Amino acid sequence: MDIKDIIKPENLVYKRTELMTDKALSYCPGCGHGTAHNITMEVIEEMGIWEDTIGVAPVGCSVLAYEFMNIDMTQAAHGRAPAVATGIKRVWPDKFVFTYQGDGDLAAIGGNETIHACNRGENIVIIFINNGIYGMTGGQMAPTTLPGMKSSTSPYGRDISTMGHPLKMTELVAQLPGTYFVTRQAVHTPNAVRKAKKAIRKAFEIQKEKKGLAFIEIVSNCNSGWKMEPVDSNNWMVDNMFPYFPLGDIKVNGELVK
Amino acid sequence: MAKIKGAIEVDVEKCKGCGVCIPACPTDVILLAKNVNGKGYHYAYMENPEACIGCVNCAIVCPDGVISVYKVKVA
Amino acid sequence: MSEIKLMKGNEAIAEAAILAGCDAYFGYPITPQSEVIEYLMVERPEDRTGMIVLQAESEIAAIHMVYGAAGAGKKVMTSSSSPGISLKQEGISYIAAAELPCLIVNVVRGGPGLGTIQPSQADYFQSTKGGGHGDYRLIVLAPASVQEMADFVEDSFKLAFKYRTPVMILSDGVIGQMMEKVIMPEQMPRLTDDEILERYGDWANTGKTKLRERNIITSLNLDSNVQEAHNIKLQAKYSQIEENEVRYEAINCNDAEYIIVAYGSSARVAQKSMAMARAKGIKVGIFRLISLFPFPKKEINALADRVKGFLAVEMSAGQMIEDVRLAVNGKVPAEHYGRYGGVIHSPEEVLASLENKIIGG
Repeated sequence: MDIKDIIKPENLVYKRTELMTDKALSYCPGCGHGTAHNITMEVIEEMGIWEDTIGVAPVGCSVLAYEFMNIDMTQAAHGRAPAVATGIKRVWPDKFVFTYQGDGDLAAIGGNETIHACNRGENIVIIFINNGIYGMTGGQMAPTTLPGMKSSTSPYGRDISTMGHPLKMTELVAQLPGTYFVTRQAVHTPNAVRKAKKAIRKAFEIQKEKKGLAFIEIVSNCNSGWKMEPVDSNNWMVDNMFPYFPLGDIKVNGELVK
Repeated sequence: MAKIKGAIEVDVEKCKGCGVCIPACPTDVILLAKNVNGKGYHYAYMENPEACIGCVNCAIVCPDGVISVYKVKVA
Repeated sequence: MSEIKLMKGNEAIAEAAILAGCDAYFGYPITPQSEVIEYLMVERPEDRTGMIVLQAESEIAAIHMVYGAAGAGKKVMTSSSSPGISLKQEGISYIAAAELPCLIVNVVRGGPGLGTIQPSQADYFQSTKGGGHGDYRLIVLAPASVQEMADFVEDSFKLAFKYRTPVMILSDGVIGQMMEKVIMPEQMPRLTDDEILERYGDWANTGKTKLRERNIITSLNLDSNVQEAHNIKLQAKYSQIEENEVRYEAINCNDAEYIIVAYGSSARVAQKSMAMARAKGIKVGIFRLISLFPFPKKEINALADRVKGFLAVEMSAGQMIEDVRLAVNGKVPAEHYGRYGGVIHSPEEVLASLENKIIGG
């Protein structure tokens, strides 16, 4: 059978969602941000809620998320996305509101805003991309940088005796009564993408039911910051990031798992 | 028994040649081209199109969403 | 006709916000303005008009809640006092840059640092010259009575939406804490969702419908030429504001030989100084600033052609005086007087300063 006979509109089974704009993503080749964007927008498309969804973009590599997500979006100051989302959600309680933040934004400069939005149980979705490094500013240490991991501000490896420990923000917010669903996912393999998408769908369903805050960490790669080839960085992530940041649900239906 | 035939279409100019789709493919269909696109990236292509089963694995792990997938049942 | 009430300035702001149809207040307690949020929490405006009141985890969070809600087309406000306003500067800069309407109330206390909880006017520079980073301005209104605390709320919202820019009510611990009689305006209804979509749907984050392109609220322009163009647009707006929105009260200025320039509680103190001076045969007038930005440059410059001198009275080490001198432009002497760090000058001190620095000088 000729390929031309297969590639016909009636045989299409997958293409990028139209809720992503046509702009080429500003992310490095192989970066998980793009995949995370795609599945977030796919969920919004499949739920048919794009006319009622407002996204909040952070500061960091995904600062330009609003260029790629074809919905109404507000770009927040560094770390303040949960407060910005709170403001939007409180005045439009029937809209869907989500933040999309990296580790520096969410766990460092915005730690307080994150904790308090979670603790209030704001009825929003927080999507947290953790790649253990500051990508946009050129590979500096993040709160989630692993012990011994090299970055431009931990050039000899993160020394936990002076630089502190990697912050498990997701475990931390799971302890707060306001969070209803807390999970850690990844997007490096087809199965991981399917699971992560299911989690994002669940998060938006929770918002629809007004049950509280849904928090989804996506452990991701940063091949530029880690100075690796894209596929190698995914393998390194599996071997090094996952042991410290294990994948899976941490809190479901308001109850800690196990 | 009906056989599934698949094919992918890569938006060559938007592909960044990261190669994440290659290990995602269960039937080893994809490789990076020796040629480069306008941005200098070795884009993904079907090296072994006969083996494609249209499973969409490559497309869903593609960070840039440049892969469209087509599938037909062949009697 | 509304009834006359006896209220604190801070309470008047809060009540006026409910009556103005404000959609949400986000704030954090700090003396001497905590009565604003306390009044709102007691009053339960959610039951009266549907207005949301939220105590944030910090002044920073509060201003960014305002940023989010203002970007979503709602009529929103925050309030704080000096150290808290310093914390809000990040968000204020973003709000100005993204051209969002909102009201920020500063009930000023003495600084710098944690300073004192006593009244001060030492946040003039911060309020009128930027405060946060970048080239931006706030519209700054300075009430001198509890009545004006109430009246300026709706005024501020009108200006904020007219120019899509943050407006500050710059009060101080005296006006915030003192009780006076006040007549409240009638209740204005909050805008309905449909009205918001109709009025602000072309820029606000209200959800992207098929009928329009997506709306993006951002202050990021990576291309410096685009950023410069945005700055030029902002400056044009500020020029328009300077052209149209100057507000002041000239008291006994027609026959005056000497002018006291003052705003807020200093203008109240100066009233007594003026009366004492006139009793002694010294013709003193008061030029009370109501809008600090836009500053009434032309009006003061015109006055300088026919008076012998100006005394800028403010509870600071001398901030507004710089704008007064720029306006007077060397035509006649312009000097500063003020106690500061939480101390309020007496009418006698003001008059003595006028006699020593201007008349005697």
